[in-house]
Amino acid sequence: MKVLMFGWEFPPFNSGGLGVACYGLSKALAKQGVEVLFVLPKKINCQVDFCRLIFADKNPIDAEKILKAAYLSPDIYGKITQGLFAGRGLIDEVKRYALLARAIAKRESFDIIHAHDWLCYPAGMAAKEVSGKPLIAHIHATEFDRTGGRGLNEQVYAIEKEGFSKADKIMAVSNFTKQKVVKHYGINPEKIAVVHNGLDLQQTAQKFYNSLNLGGFKKKFKIVLFLGRLTLQKGPDYFLLAAKKVLQKNPNVYFVMAGAGDLEAQLINSAIDLGIADKVIFTGFLRDENLTKIYQLADLYVMPSVSEPFGLTALEALGHGAPAIISKQSGVSEVIKNCLKVDFWDIDQMAAKILAVLQYPTLHQTLSRNGQTEVQNITWDNSAKTCLDVYNSVLG
Amino acid sequence: MPSVCLYLQTHQPYRLKNFSIFDIGQNHDYFDTPANKNYLERITRKSYLPTNKLLLELIRQHRGKFKVALGLSGVLLEQLEESFPAVIEGFQKLTATGCCEILGETYHHSLAYLYSPSEFQTQVAMHNRKIKKLFNIQPKVFRNTELMLNNQMAKQVEGMGYQGILGEGADYILGWRSPNFVYQAKDGGKTKLLLRNYQLSDNISFRFSCRDWNEWPLTAGKFAAWIKDNQGRGEVINLFMDYETFGEHQWEETGIFEFLKNLPGEILKYPENNFQNPAEVIKLYKPKAELDFPNIVTWADTERDLSAWLGNKMQQEALQKIYSLENAIKETKNKKLLNTWRKLQTSDHFYYMCVKWFADGDVHKYFSPYESPYDGYITFMNIFNDLKLQLK
Repeated sequence: MKVLMFGWEFPPFNSGGLGVACYGLSKALAKQGVEVLFVLPKKINCQVDFCRLIFADKNPIDAEKILKAAYLSPDIYGKITQGLFAGRGLIDEVKRYALLARAIAKRESFDIIHAHDWLCYPAGMAAKEVSGKPLIAHIHATEFDRTGGRGLNEQVYAIEKEGFSKADKIMAVSNFTKQKVVKHYGINPEKIAVVHNGLDLQQTAQKFYNSLNLGGFKKKFKIVLFLGRLTLQKGPDYFLLAAKKVLQKNPNVYFVMAGAGDLEAQLINSAIDLGIADKVIFTGFLRDENLTKIYQLADLYVMPSVSEPFGLTALEALGHGAPAIISKQSGVSEVIKNCLKVDFWDIDQMAAKILAVLQYPTLHQTLSRNGQTEVQNITWDNSAKTCLDVYNSVLG
Repeated sequence: MPSVCLYLQTHQPYRLKNFSIFDIGQNHDYFDTPANKNYLERITRKSYLPTNKLLLELIRQHRGKFKVALGLSGVLLEQLEESFPAVIEGFQKLTATGCCEILGETYHHSLAYLYSPSEFQTQVAMHNRKIKKLFNIQPKVFRNTELMLNNQMAKQVEGMGYQGILGEGADYILGWRSPNFVYQAKDGGKTKLLLRNYQLSDNISFRFSCRDWNEWPLTAGKFAAWIKDNQGRGEVINLFMDYETFGEHQWEETGIFEFLKNLPGEILKYPENNFQNPAEVIKLYKPKAELDFPNIVTWADTERDLSAWLGNKMQQEALQKIYSLENAIKETKNKKLLNTWRKLQTSDHFYYMCVKWFADGDVHKYFSPYESPYDGYITFMNIFNDLKLQLK
């Protein structure tokens, strides 16, 4: 079986879970004997041995910066890219990708098309038009997740909706997301298969625990970690409000906010206004070794997302042995039992649970151990098997 | 001549309310009174009232040939007296027939036996007083929480005036032997053991409504035939299960009440069969052999051990912590504190912290007020810390 897969970003040139998921899934599909042609919009300097990478645009200008900005709303993206190239916004980039996809689909041979998120749906649809092959629309996050339902971008919504209706089958990263697609896009639930994400265990293989004592810092202080884009969808503002409550009870805690995003300045100001700026550390975007280290430094991981289609970071944190408190408004809460769950808006509960994990060593230890064991079974291999079943059902 | 010994256990804990870390030192209100009343209202309506009524009808209909033994925890009786006295009256009507025996147990359905011999004795005495007061009965046979049993316990309850004790007919204790005889425990004194026939008991309590089961649907006639099959291979068939099997674990819609209604008649159709209560069974039959129960055996899960209550560190710690307050609590001579401390010993609190979910799952989640075992531990530990603060 040969799959023409359209993605937008790929590690190490990724700004979030989409790239990680595309990497994990294609690698595991390859292990299942599936030949993956992975298309990216712009040439980046990366190589993998499990699939063939095809770059739609071989001579891009400043590709990395543009790809990374894609999680932002088209308006903000427009502002960032201004001056880079004349007047080209994100929607134009997406359309241009579709044009280039047409040529690729003509040139290559494949059995099925698989497109990830709205950024790639036009490319997927174009490839389907040219080749007549079935299209899978994979949904990692809807416009409703990104915006919280406020200030929806109509163009993005229209592209998503068209992608869902033109697709032969939709893959959603969770039941949580499937319900959103049914509710907000009017799609028949039978058309949607749930393919949960997995954890790449290789990521957790590196151990820094012993080298991370930070000169005795860890003996006195606990570290609570937020890791994700600093944007409305991820609920970093709720994390700060909970931090304030925790610190009133237990001052020996540091709150680390790892990630970059449009709310960064606002969050720094909030930390100052709340009077906790000395206990909140902003690290910016982390990857590779630094990412591993921050997970392993953390005494607790909190994912307070307002709307989280899946939440790969929760699996990563658990894989590194950090206990996790995760938002009930998330896909990952469907697959993980050994964690604590809260409603993102329930600051009191969030703070109470943070304090409990820090205060009761037995709880910390049990959550850590059982969580780490549990995620060993949430693998990309399982995701790939489900994915392959969907391919086969579509191909009949 | 096989006797059937039907024993129904009924108990409901005082569930805890969501007591957060921010509540410590702020209030001492630990129990979720409205929720407990709601649970009890539902169980009363679905199970206690209709089952009591049916059992009474059956005793009358069979003119004393149908018998049933009950285990009534003190914490349940207390809650019923407070909110649903009609259920107590139902139990009283049953015991007044002379065909309903009540067994001894710990008032608080606790694991005190494992942690404090003196507290264990106190709670058994408290239960005795309660049963005496409500039913004018002196229990002769003992049943420890969740059918816990080992050699030493058999010996100890003899010293407390009991003639017999109930236990689980676990395969790893019985080996080739049948559970359908009376036994004694190694070094267990004269105490006689009645061991649960888990196969036949679970056919009612777990499998009755299970459509994947090849014996579904189970009729009273079929069940009575199984009892008859044991003729010549045993003297007493011990059917021990939760009272709530009738109407709550198995809903009315499954036909469980029809089954119960017809069961005595079908069993008594075979003239060699009869119903006997535990105190009669141990008079009628001699112990067949001595069995060795070196470790505690229970009726829980597939392991038949204490792992449902003590299987993980959170449970071990919570139990150890609550019993660590024993002396300090008793020294205060404060009745309210003592009462609260005892209610916190009820085994359900620790059962809710069990993370063995994944296989035995559904049973553990049943009636649990918590989203996860971890939340159960947090709530319990917060309350423990508040209680401890009150002692200073």
